[in-house]
Amino acid sequence: MNPIKSLIKDMADKHGRRRESLLPIMLAVVEREKYLSEYSMIEIARQVDIPASEVYGTATFYSFIETKPTGQYIIRICKTITCAMKGKNQVLFAIQDMLKIKLGETTPDKRFSLLETNCLGWCHKAPAMMINNDVYTDLTPEKVRDILSAYMKINEQKLN
Amino acid sequence: MAISHQLKRVDFIFSNENDWEKVLSATIKKKPVDLINELISSELKGRGGAGFPTGLKWKLASEAKAEAKYIICNADEGEPGTFKDREILSKVPYKVLTAMAVCGYITGAKEGFIYLRGEYKFLEPELNKAIDEFQYYCKEIKFEFSINIFMGSGAYICGEETALMESMEGKRGEPRNKPPFPTQHGYRNMPTVINNVETLVHTFTIFKYGAKKFYDLGVQYSRGTKLFSVSGDTPKPGIYELELGMSLQDFVYEFGDGDTKAVQVGGASGFLVPRKKFKDAAIGFKGKLTGISLPTGGSMMLFNSSRSMYNVLDNYLEFFREESCGQCTPCRVGCQQLLLGIKAVKRGEKPASYLDKLMRLTETMQLTAKCGLGQSVANSFSSIVENFQEEMIY
Repeated sequence: MNPIKSLIKDMADKHGRRRESLLPIMLAVVEREKYLSEYSMIEIARQVDIPASEVYGTATFYSFIETKPTGQYIIRICKTITCAMKGKNQVLFAIQDMLKIKLGETTPDKRFSLLETNCLGWCHKAPAMMINNDVYTDLTPEKVRDILSAYMKINEQKLN
Repeated sequence: MAISHQLKRVDFIFSNENDWEKVLSATIKKKPVDLINELISSELKGRGGAGFPTGLKWKLASEAKAEAKYIICNADEGEPGTFKDREILSKVPYKVLTAMAVCGYITGAKEGFIYLRGEYKFLEPELNKAIDEFQYYCKEIKFEFSINIFMGSGAYICGEETALMESMEGKRGEPRNKPPFPTQHGYRNMPTVINNVETLVHTFTIFKYGAKKFYDLGVQYSRGTKLFSVSGDTPKPGIYELELGMSLQDFVYEFGDGDTKAVQVGGASGFLVPRKKFKDAAIGFKGKLTGISLPTGGSMMLFNSSRSMYNVLDNYLEFFREESCGQCTPCRVGCQQLLLGIKAVKRGEKPASYLDKLMRLTETMQLTAKCGLGQSVANSFSSIVENFQEEMIY
């Protein structure tokens, strides 16, 4: 069976085939695939037995559930006031410069996606960003280059 | 004129939690009625920002008749400038769990949930470990109460209690009409107590030491302490537990960088206080406080004179425009038009008098929006535009 199909089935078994299980199931798929494909949405609808349009409607409400293909690492940089004041733009430029992508884009090798997000709750250590579920704070252009280099190395090791 | 320049630091919230087992087993031996009275006499009010009396909430839920009841801990801390709940959940999780269980004991609920915002997913493994240990102890003392984490996924509006319940039911996080209130018809349409993380920790303090110790702190109508998340132009950003009722002047004296132009109290949905009003403003719920009283979820953002208030407002409005759930027209269209409006005034495409029209729009939003998000846009908008009109225009 298709791995995503079986993941959705397992999750439906675990959380129950009820409307309340919709979010946990969707998040499990997002955890695995980084986004929720049309295929996954239809499969979830089938398992939970609700219209696929309901799954789509719910999924698109939540900003951490992407419905378009994304990279393996999703960078979400906080743009809310304190981070904006403490040099978020310089950090953003450094990331864009390093990855050669703009906001909302994914690198051609499908490794990194770059997004902005609202307050991450790290205002006292601004500016902050998340890469998948990991948080990085007190960012500077230098620091963010080091962080991204480390992520790139992981990828190279995996490729070799 | 005598100015005290003193803020009373307190350390209840992050103090020792190792005795949670003792507190739990001792508390659930008392009568629920006595515990509710204790809570009511402490005058604890909700610490998420709205300030509903906690004792009354628990009382209403305990009186409701239903086949099932639920306790929800609201950890969807999304207000810009607030980060205290994360610190509580990572440092003293057992206090939160104990308070939830006691609330379950009082109201008759057997199930509790922690709604954790997606941005705090990294807390989940540690929190689950704490929950496991907690459940183990509950079994040992034959006390039935289960707690589970429900993950949110990046929606500010889900911090609104009814939107949060919609979200937990697997729907779009769109607020419901109130009334009925959650204490009657909440999660799964059953009576539900939903409290902010910090509120729950305060109930732990009250059950441990008694109401008096809590009541003795603070001022009339604003009893006890509060965690403040301090950020912005300050030499010491961080989380501080302070007594309620302090004057903003004293706060700025302690945390300002000497050049503080304005303080945003209560995050993007709160109020901006300019320098000339610092001495008249006090932090606490409405009541006997002289001058302006500012309720807050604890977000304190300081701005010094190098900051443009236009940029601040622009940033807030963009935040609201994105986070508005889009369900009701005043909020959905209102937030968009406010943002377009201030940009047009700034570019000179609209006359300065257009700001007055926008102010009237915020009044309409305050009256007609369905939930707190749309209603509170007026707070920051009017307090910034009124006090810094020149910065909006030039």
